[in-house]
Amino acid sequence: MEKFTILQGLAAPLDRPNVDTDAIIPKQFLKSIKRSGFGPNLFDEWRYMDHGEPGMDPATRVPNPNFVLNQPRYRGAKILLARENFGCGSSREHAPWALMDFGFRAVIAPSYADIFFNNSFKNGLLPVILPAGVVDRLFLEVEATPGYQITVDLVAQKVAAPGGQTFDFTVDAFRRHCLLEGLDEIGLTLKHADVIREYEDRRKATQPWLYV
Amino acid sequence: MQPQTLYDKLWSSHVVREEADGTALIYIDRHLVHEVTSPQAFEGLKLAGRKPWRIDSVVATADHNTPTKDWDQGIRDPISRLQVETLDANIREFGAKAYFPFLDGRQGIVHVIGPEQGATLPGMTVVCGDSHTSTHGAFAALAFGIGTSEVEHVLATQCLNMKKAKSMAVQVDGVLGKGVTAKDIVLAVIGRIGTAGGTGYAIEFGGAAIRGLSMEGRMTLCNMAIEAGARAGMVAVDDKTIEYLRGRTFSPKGDLWDRAVAHWRTLRTDEGAQYDKVVQLRAEDIMPQVTWGTSPEMVDSVLASTPDPQKIDDPVRRQSVERALQYMGLQANMPITSIRIDKVFIGSCTNSRIEDLRAAADVVKGRRVAASVKLAMVVPGSGLVKRQAESEGLDRVFREAGFEWREPGCSMCLAMNDDRLEAGERCASTSNRNFEGRQGAGGRTHLVSPAMAAAAAIAGRFVDVRQL
Ligand code: SF4
Repeated sequence: MEKFTILQGLAAPLDRPNVDTDAIIPKQFLKSIKRSGFGPNLFDEWRYMDHGEPGMDPATRVPNPNFVLNQPRYRGAKILLARENFGCGSSREHAPWALMDFGFRAVIAPSYADIFFNNSFKNGLLPVILPAGVVDRLFLEVEATPGYQITVDLVAQKVAAPGGQTFDFTVDAFRRHCLLEGLDEIGLTLKHADVIREYEDRRKATQPWLYV
Repeated sequence: MQPQTLYDKLWSSHVVREEADGTALIYIDRHLVHEVTSPQAFEGLKLAGRKPWRIDSVVATADHNTPTKDWDQGIRDPISRLQVETLDANIREFGAKAYFPFLDGRQGIVHVIGPEQGATLPGMTVVCGDSHTSTHGAFAALAFGIGTSEVEHVLATQCLNMKKAKSMAVQVDGVLGKGVTAKDIVLAVIGRIGTAGGTGYAIEFGGAAIRGLSMEGRMTLCNMAIEAGARAGMVAVDDKTIEYLRGRTFSPKGDLWDRAVAHWRTLRTDEGAQYDKVVQLRAEDIMPQVTWGTSPEMVDSVLASTPDPQKIDDPVRRQSVERALQYMGLQANMPITSIRIDKVFIGSCTNSRIEDLRAAADVVKGRRVAASVKLAMVVPGSGLVKRQAESEGLDRVFREAGFEWREPGCSMCLAMNDDRLEAGERCASTSNRNFEGRQGAGGRTHLVSPAMAAAAAIAGRFVDVRQL
């Protein structure tokens, strides 16, 4: 996994609560057996006027001019500003894959659905939680200020707005460590292979029916 | 010892080790695998040159992409077919405790076949790359959905890194009215606490009304815990749990059965144990529910009307209600019973078990699907459910009424196969999600119980099944 330390980038506002994984990446695109290539279909049903199917050339599609990510001022955005309960719905990791493939490296929202939150960390997409009041304010500022750049500093656990104000956030120590170092979690867990085997041996003795 | 909740017991018995910040390595007993969320995990395993840790924990099936008719013609969509064939190839290469591929008589929705095969047992941790894994919590298992990276992590290590959730008790006391089902309970709970109400919690459902539910009903309930934001839902073990499991393919046998049962009986919350949050409902207050919006929390009794955004003060909420009504093609203050439907879908891991089909057939028997309904379909949850239903003659009841009787799979729950809504079509559906486009781009989904879906098919609009 790529390391995540400090990210500075353009922010784009997605002003809807409860954005679900079906909206982030509609199911017809889940048929892929790859991890990449989902970016052109991120928010497909909102982003295009026509119906998207796998294999279509994005250049031939009809973009919805009213959808926020289609506005030129947000081109190249790396940080998605979102509302509460972002990523609710399914467990599909295609949602963080699509956000990252599009170019996002961080999301800022007051709250997330649990599985999406988890999946994001595993892929190096940082889901930052800030209080609803702060997020409100960022929404107002982003919309009022073209070229609005936010800094997300995972080392110091601070978000900095262009005006110089900073907002603290926290990330679990273990997750933060994995992101900062870009660690392979499976490799990390396998260092404890002996402990896992001991655990299994104990259970085979006490609950043998789980191993038949 | 301090009294423990069921969740405490399930959690602590699976902790392999713990980090200083409380992140625990949790051991996984059962890994359910399907075609959509596994290909990238198997690929990752191969690329890293790793072997599965314990392949006999894996039970796999193809369900999301499989067609529900013309099985003799195979899977026509080449992209769907590739995904299903990729699963076939991965299982061939790595193995599994059991695999129920496309066309197998026991194939079906992963959350239906796990319990019916006895592959889900009390006290287990059960994971699957699918959010509705919470279903298996009905057996006092700690069951939750995971993403593809975690699927790979479990394949490689048999463990997951996670933090303990908070605990919530959803207590439903009293006796359910006639025509009111587990689906109505869980929709009413979601209506009460919201789709994020359970975020960060593991929910234990309890109370007389829950104990009164069959295992099928409890599965429906736990299935939708995720729709309340909780990764896991669960119900304590009782006689019904044990009777359900007796004699199933992978249930323990002989002496091991007795030992297992003795252990399972301890899988309940101790007297005096504390939950972080308690939500109480009275069964008598719960009416048949119908969702009117684009989130499962946008739900009300069939006797209610759609909300009026003018009367909502909070601007964010008002806007989301307006947007939902607009997407759904509904006006403010419309009686739910005035909403006409185009299609009916009885199926999904929420409501496609034998009891669901019996409840729907009871309503349908001797009646006809309304002429205005374009398609009414029943999709059994598994091959075994289908054959059971056929042996009871339920398929005939449905067919005679004008329903289509299909092959098992996820079908129009998420419309990855050919079963879908066209833009603007309105569906009475027994599934679990009414998000925009869930059942097809532009489609409009109303979530209901099987009996309510059947009643809507007959009337061509929503009706109170109790008055039919
Ligand atoms: S039936 Fe629907 S919710 Fe259940 S596993 Fe299939 S797609 Fe997911």
